[in-house]
Amino acid sequence: MTAEKVLALKGLSKTFGPVVANSDVNLDLHRGEVLALLGENGAGKTTLMNMLFGHYMPDAGSVEVADQGGHFRPLQLGHPQAAIAAGIGMVHQHFTLAENLNALDNIMLGAERLSRLRRDRRAAHAKVQKIMLSSGLSAPLDVPVGRLTVGERQRVEILKALYRDVDILVLDEPTAVLTPQEADTLFENIGAMTRDGLSVIFISHKLREVLAFSHRIAVLRHGVKVGEIASKDADERMIARMMVGADTPEPDRPVLAPGAPVLRLEKVSVPGRSRRDSLLRVDLTVHRHEILGIAGISGNGQGALAGVISGMVRPTGGRVFIGDAKIANHHPSTMIDAGVGRIPEDRHRDGIVGAMSVAENMVIERLGDPEVQSRGLLRREAIQSHAEALSTGHDVRGPGTQAPARLLSGGNIQKLILARVFERQPRLILANQPTRGLDMGAAAEVARRLLAARSRGAGVLLISEDLDEILSLSDRILVIHDGELTEADTRDREALGLLMAGEDA
Amino acid sequence: MIRVEPRTAPSRLMKIGVPILSAVIALALAAIPLVFAGAAIGPAYVEMFKGVFGSKFAFSEMLTRATPLIFTGLAAALAFRARLWNIGAEGQLYLGAMAAVAIGTGAVEAPAVILLPLIILFGCMAGAAGMAVPAVLKTRFGADEVVTTLLLNFIILIFLQYMLEGPLKDPMGLGWPQSSPILDQGMLPPLMERMRVHSGLIIALVCAGVAQFMLARSVWGFKLRAVGENAFAARHAGIRVNRTLLSAALVSGALAGMAGVSEVAGLKGYLTSDLSPGFGYTGIVVAMLAGLSPAGVVAAAVFIASVFVGADSMSRAMGVSSYLADLVVSTSLLCVLIGGFFARFRFVRVKVRQRAAS
Repeated sequence: MTAEKVLALKGLSKTFGPVVANSDVNLDLHRGEVLALLGENGAGKTTLMNMLFGHYMPDAGSVEVADQGGHFRPLQLGHPQAAIAAGIGMVHQHFTLAENLNALDNIMLGAERLSRLRRDRRAAHAKVQKIMLSSGLSAPLDVPVGRLTVGERQRVEILKALYRDVDILVLDEPTAVLTPQEADTLFENIGAMTRDGLSVIFISHKLREVLAFSHRIAVLRHGVKVGEIASKDADERMIARMMVGADTPEPDRPVLAPGAPVLRLEKVSVPGRSRRDSLLRVDLTVHRHEILGIAGISGNGQGALAGVISGMVRPTGGRVFIGDAKIANHHPSTMIDAGVGRIPEDRHRDGIVGAMSVAENMVIERLGDPEVQSRGLLRREAIQSHAEALSTGHDVRGPGTQAPARLLSGGNIQKLILARVFERQPRLILANQPTRGLDMGAAAEVARRLLAARSRGAGVLLISEDLDEILSLSDRILVIHDGELTEADTRDREALGLLMAGEDA
Repeated sequence: MIRVEPRTAPSRLMKIGVPILSAVIALALAAIPLVFAGAAIGPAYVEMFKGVFGSKFAFSEMLTRATPLIFTGLAAALAFRARLWNIGAEGQLYLGAMAAVAIGTGAVEAPAVILLPLIILFGCMAGAAGMAVPAVLKTRFGADEVVTTLLLNFIILIFLQYMLEGPLKDPMGLGWPQSSPILDQGMLPPLMERMRVHSGLIIALVCAGVAQFMLARSVWGFKLRAVGENAFAARHAGIRVNRTLLSAALVSGALAGMAGVSEVAGLKGYLTSDLSPGFGYTGIVVAMLAGLSPAGVVAAAVFIASVFVGADSMSRAMGVSSYLADLVVSTSLLCVLIGGFFARFRFVRVKVRQRAAS
């Protein structure tokens, strides 16, 4: 690798109110290099890249970019146009494509003047073709983006950046939505592009891909760069320790014989707008002392499956049993009464009423309970002392139990929901993406609670896009794809990846 | 550089201070057209103040005007707390008034202890029924209640005109479209000798107190708040969202119906098609000024009633148009809406440390 520097971040700092997102971060990037930016959620990775790209104005520090002649020039901060002009491109985690336009329009949009969109299509088409050829990225250009797969959309996003002749490409968690195979292809493409002189920074928290595909790794923790290491000298344990500041213990999963079924689905169907958000005659059984993992790429029917079990969705066909009892009246209250504890995927939307107090959110599922109300009136002292006890027991931290729940951090909101769920000793737990967006400590706590419930005799249905999480917690694994479930009798990532992509292993 | 960022939680002082400040600013802004109308600002506001607090009679007039506004304000506030946009309090008010007249003008012969509760009961039920229709349309078919409640107002108004020309018409009314007078024992007793303020005010205050208590302390209020703040999470937690919305609709409609009962059986004695000068719509302003708090509704209703009554008296004394009252009411609403923004967000001056110039 040539040692020619193309980018230097110098002492970047940024605070949001009392929160220090970045503090005095220095980072260099060389031509043709793939730099992985690693850190837990909230470590400040995205903030740092947003400052580089001009979305955020740093409180202190500067950025220097090499121009064509190799001379370093300071970048005007706080202006995305300046970053684009300096040859910096960014692909966000959440795509910024117009779904009703085709890929070519999306690529040209913003790069060309609007009046030229119609006239210069042929030239643009040729240019995109050339980029696709040299990078290996391919996507249909004439189909509305809304009809493309997630992987194709991401390639369009990258092509959009490359079309603007970038020298430096920033990818924010590019593999979060991809199958393992798609991810591997993406990194092969990135490899091809860097050989042509492109420099890449990618944000990730997947240790495996970081080790396999980057040249150098920079680790952020609490907004501070805590380490930088050549990838060939690093191993997973060592980076994990840098990220968390301590060793993470593997969850301890004792061998337990599964007991009687606690959840049975028989040919359950849910109609959706497409195969991706529907369920097709699904069979499934969860037993006592068992964690059943549902692996799959987001948007393959997980929402419909979780909806049925949480009571939010009424299936159009099939039968649902909790224990031995058939569920006749599909409503969340039926499921709560049947002893189902539900950890929703979108905790802000479905998990809490943000404007109501922490204490109120802790009793919201048991308003009929005589401990909570008598003759229709709330027992405020009881609710209050209950909230204090529960907060202490589950280490829910924040501005107090009387404060609105929305003031809690994401991890503490999840703790509130866990407290509410586990307090009732549910016989079945639906955990839908329970660790998404949580830092390692909070995620380990969720895993510990789920395993404890399993030991106690509960059954757990774990839906997750994180294959590592599924592999480390599940007794059995099912793969969901296009609304159908397949029993996976393998623990091999490659084989699971193929099943997730809908191909026969 | 100045940045706007959300406040963590609006303080108590903010919640009370913003509406009061908005009212003051609205009154100050109203001085501008006053000047154009050729009136001296100082004396004009003195007249306005005297028109409300200058005499026992003036004060009674203000409370008389505040009474229906408390009812319609509560109707709007409770519905809005559940995110149910009841714009139909005007129509529900007339339904309540029609029911009161239907029962109270001789159809039922009974002493006051029986007749009065009966009138109130039927008036409330009529108002509730008027709001039940849009609520069912919303929960069953997803029809937007803003449209249905608003349009129902006009349907009910035409129905009222039919009733006043037909079944409810006073045979002794010399052909005027008005109902027969309510029997003496069906009237809400006055509160003061020779004054118009009547016991509807007491009922309104009790309703406000009960609403405040129920919203904060009852399971019903808990569900209503949860549904209003986040219907997804409420449903996920097992709360029957539609049932809660329906119950909020019934209570809201009943309160609006009670406004009609109070006006016809407390003040006018008989029903005409101009019983309400838009109390139903003004109730929305009252509720917004009150920050959707039932206790706040009482204060906001008193403020708006004061502006109306005071402006009447000012216009008589200074020879300016009494429409000024509408102006003050609408500017105060605008000020509250803008003030609400300041209560939720704050402006932060961000110092940008200058980096090396290029």
